[in-house]
Amino acid sequence: MNDTARAAILARLRAAPRSPAPAYPRPGTPAWAPPVHGSERLARFTALLEAAHAEVYQASATDWPARLAELLEQKAVARLLYAPTTPAGRQLAQAWGEATDGRPRLIAYDRPVEAMKETLVSGVEAALTGTLGGIAHTGSLVLWPTPDEPRLMSLLPPLHIALVEETAIADSLSALIASQHWAKAMPTNALLISGPSKTADIEQTLAYGVHGPKALIVLVIRP
Amino acid sequence: MNAPLPQDTAATAPLAFTGKARVALNDPRLRANFRRAMDGLMSKRAAQFADADEWRTLRARGAEARARALAKLPDLLERLERRCAENAITVHWAETTGQANAIVLDLLTAAGAKTVIKGKSMVSEEMHLNAHLAAHGITAIESDLGEYIIQLAGEAPSHIVMPCIHKNKAEIAALFAEHIPGQPYTENVDDLTGAARNALRGAFAAADAGISGVNFAVAETGTLVLIENEGNGRLSTTLPPLHIAVTGIEKVLEFLDDVPPLLSLLPRSATGQPITTYVNMISGPRRPGEKDGPQAVHLVLLDNGRSRVYDDPQLRDTLRCIRCAACLNHCPVYTRVGGHSYSFTYPGPIGKILSPQLEGLDCAGDQPHASSLCGACAEVCPVEIPIPDLLVRLRGEAISPTSRAVKGGGSARSLGDRLGRRLSTAILGQPRLYGLISRLAGRIGDRLPSWLPGLNRWTRVRSKPAFARRSLHALARERGYADE
Amino acid sequence: MSRDVPEKPASVYFFATCLVDLFYPEAGLAGMTLLERQGIRVIFPPGQTCCGQPMRNNGWLDEARAIARQQIKTFPKPIPIVVPSGSCAGMMHRHYPELFAGQPDEAEARAFAARVYELTWFLVHVCKLSLTDGGPPVTVAFHASCHSQREMGVRGEPESLLAGLSNVTLAKLERPNECCGFGGAFSVRQPEISAAMVADKIDDLSKSGASEVLSGDCGCLMNIKGALEKAGRPQKARHIAEFLVERGR
Repeated sequence: MNDTARAAILARLRAAPRSPAPAYPRPGTPAWAPPVHGSERLARFTALLEAAHAEVYQASATDWPARLAELLEQKAVARLLYAPTTPAGRQLAQAWGEATDGRPRLIAYDRPVEAMKETLVSGVEAALTGTLGGIAHTGSLVLWPTPDEPRLMSLLPPLHIALVEETAIADSLSALIASQHWAKAMPTNALLISGPSKTADIEQTLAYGVHGPKALIVLVIRP
Repeated sequence: MNAPLPQDTAATAPLAFTGKARVALNDPRLRANFRRAMDGLMSKRAAQFADADEWRTLRARGAEARARALAKLPDLLERLERRCAENAITVHWAETTGQANAIVLDLLTAAGAKTVIKGKSMVSEEMHLNAHLAAHGITAIESDLGEYIIQLAGEAPSHIVMPCIHKNKAEIAALFAEHIPGQPYTENVDDLTGAARNALRGAFAAADAGISGVNFAVAETGTLVLIENEGNGRLSTTLPPLHIAVTGIEKVLEFLDDVPPLLSLLPRSATGQPITTYVNMISGPRRPGEKDGPQAVHLVLLDNGRSRVYDDPQLRDTLRCIRCAACLNHCPVYTRVGGHSYSFTYPGPIGKILSPQLEGLDCAGDQPHASSLCGACAEVCPVEIPIPDLLVRLRGEAISPTSRAVKGGGSARSLGDRLGRRLSTAILGQPRLYGLISRLAGRIGDRLPSWLPGLNRWTRVRSKPAFARRSLHALARERGYADE
Repeated sequence: MSRDVPEKPASVYFFATCLVDLFYPEAGLAGMTLLERQGIRVIFPPGQTCCGQPMRNNGWLDEARAIARQQIKTFPKPIPIVVPSGSCAGMMHRHYPELFAGQPDEAEARAFAARVYELTWFLVHVCKLSLTDGGPPVTVAFHASCHSQREMGVRGEPESLLAGLSNVTLAKLERPNECCGFGGAFSVRQPEISAAMVADKIDDLSKSGASEVLSGDCGCLMNIKGALEKAGRPQKARHIAEFLVERGR
């Protein structure tokens, strides 16, 4: 059935009159160019994320674990899901050490989801991930989940904390796709995240955390 | 070649549009729900596109990307299939919704699946997939909050982006109290949202498979792009061991670089957001070493009449649609009658051109006439679909078919229609006869009784227009204007 | 939609539209008078009937073409054709070229279409009309027709003419760009939806505080005026050309 359907569909499409694709840019119309924000990048990135209900903080490459500890203490996070084999994960584990006084307990995402479903679905209050970068135009985080830092980290816990290198904030998605040659090799999953999970399905009233994280904290790491 | 398509699209014979619209017009609560929602959506969209130059250039780029993809559609579908295969995504082709349902059911049965969790998908609505799965013992749970609400209510979506926009808080509160165990009646939106989260968390964890739609399928990279705000789409496509995506064959894009402009148009047009919370680009199942993600990903490409529509170069523009619903939000008719009046999966202006083409003019022929041709839809369409022109084209096809792309062409032929056509050319094509009739109208036109069929529909809410005693032709002649 | 502005011509054709001819001839006379006051000779070819829009909207494309041919034949000279209706002008300017695409007389139809102008646009851009007010203080509302805006690119021209009249206050509408529900045959094919639309429109107009409603399209006017009268509302409705002729100097 499948092959028959495929052949029939393609045959119908090929039998149809060929119509030329329209010229772009159309005569008399300037071409669309991806937006450039230049030195305004960080400000725009921050403002849009905050408008989308995220919290954005700045930290340095060395002090962010301490900054994170403070933030999580305020939010009474008891268990933090982390990726133990990423550079950030290692740095965090080292900085926080074994003592857990006041700081959340670190829970490693170190087994396949099937073996950790309970923990992931309801056993942690927060998760920390890195990012591939950010997008100023839309206030978005760019994540390419990896074997070390899987997809569900940014999705299941009620609080997601993301680290973004300030130097990795690009103007636009177009710019990133071009400069990083995305089209050559896409990961199994690439994500743009632009705030915590939200819905307006009930009378257009915004509500956060309907399925994904209720809150998003972005730590911008200054160079 | 036009291979005949097996018929299985319309699940039930829908009521005529006019009858359902009448019911909706007389429901003040429904009217208020839509008016409030559409006013909000229109002003949010307007704020997003305040820069007219940006709108013009971006929209031209979006239209170009979609038109180019359609111009190369058969080649791009094959490329998409190849790239998907390289990414270990299995592609299936379905000519009809029946075939698509069978493919999904086979995949689920082979995986031993008993429950599936669904992200929002209008194509799955077009397939009536949930009913098909239920008939075979598989429970499909809608996880988009709006879809979840209408699933509890046993209704169909009334809007293609905000499926439960026709319901207010009180109605939703009552539904939740009735259907969610232990849930008290509350109109607090955060509490209602929290109740849905709790009710669905377990369902995500327990689901044997996830089913989603697709916003853009990128041929260049074999990537499925899904956009959403809630995270339920990501959960449906990440947590269960099997992910099945269903989409129409027209959703393909040539290049990954075509995604950014369309991504900039879609959420801004739809809900006035700069971007959705999540943009989820899936290019394959879990690879060795990865700890999560589905073990298998399947893509079902549904035709269901689209390749027939494709046969006509003008009507083909219908297939550019990216389902943003801006045309619904700005339509003065949709705003007043709501989505359920349209009977078919796709309501509003895009539905008025899509439904008659997918289902046939013999089945949905009243839809192209449910428009004042005001043009608000085309004005806001981010991919420049000339909806009013296509409405007129379909009106024409319903009485004098010219294209094999349209099913049910000629089904609206009638004696009255033929008579009207003859009369119109006879009078308006011949100035002398026109002059005679206008003089006659000036003398006795006002004696026409208001109850005359046709006129009575006008005079129900309006006074009867008064014919001028002397036409402008007569006055112009008198004053020398007619003298060349 | 921006359009090249031609030099002010010595003479123009006037295409009145069938609604103006049969129901609102005073609107047509007013339009012609406004042009004449600008020193333009106005020609009203007696062979004109209807632009063919009602036929096109019904999907009667052959019939629409036949009627369009009659108009094209009736306006042969290479001078502008001014139309006191955005909707009929839109039919001729935008839809004639499509209607005749692939037909032997396509080039002729295109050339004709390129000469078609909506009255207020023509007055503002070609005639550079500016008026001095000669009337008492009044608050009016302007109803912009869908087709004048979206097919003829008339955006603010009528309002700018009214703004030039010192004693005229332009009322603000809540939904200035929403269709009044006329839509030709739509008003009798979907009478209930059309009725709901015009009811909302006259509510908006009434709430605006205007004592008079003006429009550049007699289809909309027939609908709005009829609904105002039937509902017993005090607002008058007429074509903007009549208002401008009466007050403007």
